[in-house]
Amino acid sequence: MGYCLDKAGFNQVLQELSQEYVVYAPKLFKNGGCFSDTDRIRYGEIHTVEEIIFDRKSEYSFKEELLPLSQTLFFFTEAVVKEADLPQKGAVILLRSCDLHAVKRLDTIYLKNGSEDYYYKRLRDKVKFILIGCQHSFENCFCVDMGTNQTDAYDAYLEMKNGKVYMDNHNDAWEAALAAHSTEVTAVIPAYVTETETRVHIPDGITLDVMHAKMWDEYDSRCINCGRCNFVCPTCTCFTMQDIFYTDNGKIGERRRVGASCMVDGFTEVAGGGCYRKKNGQRMRFKVLHKVYDFKKRNGYHMCVGCGRCDDICPEYISFSNSINKLAEASKEVATNAGK
Amino acid sequence: MLANEYLPFLSEIKEVVKHTDIEYTFRLTYEGDVKPGQFFEVSIPKYGEAPISVSGIGDDTVDLTIRRVGKVTNEIFERYVGDKLFMRGPYGNGFDISNYKGKEIVVIAGGTGLSPVKGVVDYFSNHSAETKGMTLVAGFKTPQDILFMEDFGRWKQSMEVILTVDCAENDTVCQIGLVTQYIPQLNLKNVSEAVAIVVGPPMMMKFTTQGLLTRGFREENIWISHERKMCCGIGKCGHCKIDDTYVCLDGPVFNYVKGCRLLD
Repeated sequence: MGYCLDKAGFNQVLQELSQEYVVYAPKLFKNGGCFSDTDRIRYGEIHTVEEIIFDRKSEYSFKEELLPLSQTLFFFTEAVVKEADLPQKGAVILLRSCDLHAVKRLDTIYLKNGSEDYYYKRLRDKVKFILIGCQHSFENCFCVDMGTNQTDAYDAYLEMKNGKVYMDNHNDAWEAALAAHSTEVTAVIPAYVTETETRVHIPDGITLDVMHAKMWDEYDSRCINCGRCNFVCPTCTCFTMQDIFYTDNGKIGERRRVGASCMVDGFTEVAGGGCYRKKNGQRMRFKVLHKVYDFKKRNGYHMCVGCGRCDDICPEYISFSNSINKLAEASKEVATNAGK
Repeated sequence: MLANEYLPFLSEIKEVVKHTDIEYTFRLTYEGDVKPGQFFEVSIPKYGEAPISVSGIGDDTVDLTIRRVGKVTNEIFERYVGDKLFMRGPYGNGFDISNYKGKEIVVIAGGTGLSPVKGVVDYFSNHSAETKGMTLVAGFKTPQDILFMEDFGRWKQSMEVILTVDCAENDTVCQIGLVTQYIPQLNLKNVSEAVAIVVGPPMMMKFTTQGLLTRGFREENIWISHERKMCCGIGKCGHCKIDDTYVCLDGPVFNYVKGCRLLD
């Protein structure tokens, strides 16, 4: 059912949702940017619609609500291991179509690739999604070419128009609250973009031979392997185990998993110092092919959702979409070399 | 209720065998199914977790042969009989004994690479009627680095054993040379039907498998086992991924047909 709400009415709905859920949305962190006097837009808890940023892209994705960058798994006290508690409340996450498609990628890794992940599953079961409509695309977005510009897999859809909130609701449990606080019942059709300024073309018939192409060499020097692209990516899910112990009592501590980056040193390092993919170009190749080649081989669809955040954040102005677009030429190059 | 795979259990150290200064075998209590080639995540709170492959399987124990090369393994070496270690697992596919039954078998291992394959060697040592002949080629850096010395005596009763070191001074226990140099002289009745398992450092596996192919082994008759960084063991952490393959889930044991196409 579709509804129109004024801001006050929607804030009432948010307040009712907050009994059961923490509501997360892109919001502004004043002076929270990398440089002095710069702001940051990332996910955080919101209580009113006025806090939600609609007119710009969030630099970081929603994924931290499902896969916290640092997540305590359990506590050690001498020989006893005690599982970390689950947050009492579930979560409602406001996100755009590309990000909702990214949820499917997270589910694939954490619920289907091998056994189900205990910590992901218990958070995921308590999460609801509200899709934010996109009237136009942002800089570096290429969702249309990735097929992630549209979705109906939401609990509710939301868009702002002329100072009013329009919602399409799929969740029966929310009907009463929306009906009570709405000013009008009206059909709401999700807005989505049909074209983006940035375009990508993933050639058919890529083979692993493309790893030998020259295109990767330029990243040896351009990339500084800072890993920002991985941390902002809504589909990057790798982690590393980390034990910490408390300084006041060295017998008590915890094991955490923390976000890991395939671009950063140490990602493949085994005991004794052996490691793979030493050059940054090889790491770039590993990442690009995972996003638009080998994930699909394993799971049937591409991992990249085309949100363009990696391009937005790169301090060296490396464009992921450009590297995708170089694959066709690179494939030809290795095929020609193989024929010689 | 979904099981929490990340919670480790405590396992008691029943025995410690010291092979070299930096390589010990820890016999640990474990009741449950486990196959040679599988691995456990062994952890010491504060120091972290490390994947360690199973080098022996008892009725209610598993042997883990550990090389002291990192933060976690350094700490494990401070533990002795009666102490306890945290473990979880076993993970990975392990070696499937049925792939090798009734065939001529060649096992070529380099250094600690002998650990994951030792369960297979033990099995066919105890069931020699189930093979058409077996050869073990084990290579170490120096005589001081040899692992499982007492087992070699036992294995020699039931199979052909070539024990070799890269370099040594006046040593009579073993031969001198890389494992690859023994491939041409392997005594095989029908090389095109023979099976081989190769486990060791990446360069050793590369040249050994090349040697076996030159000798006439078929690609599909060779198995290898990969070592990678693994933080979860269950296909989540991403560290062990190569192309579309997760070494922890799909391996660490691979048939060469697939294994040779895994390029990091």
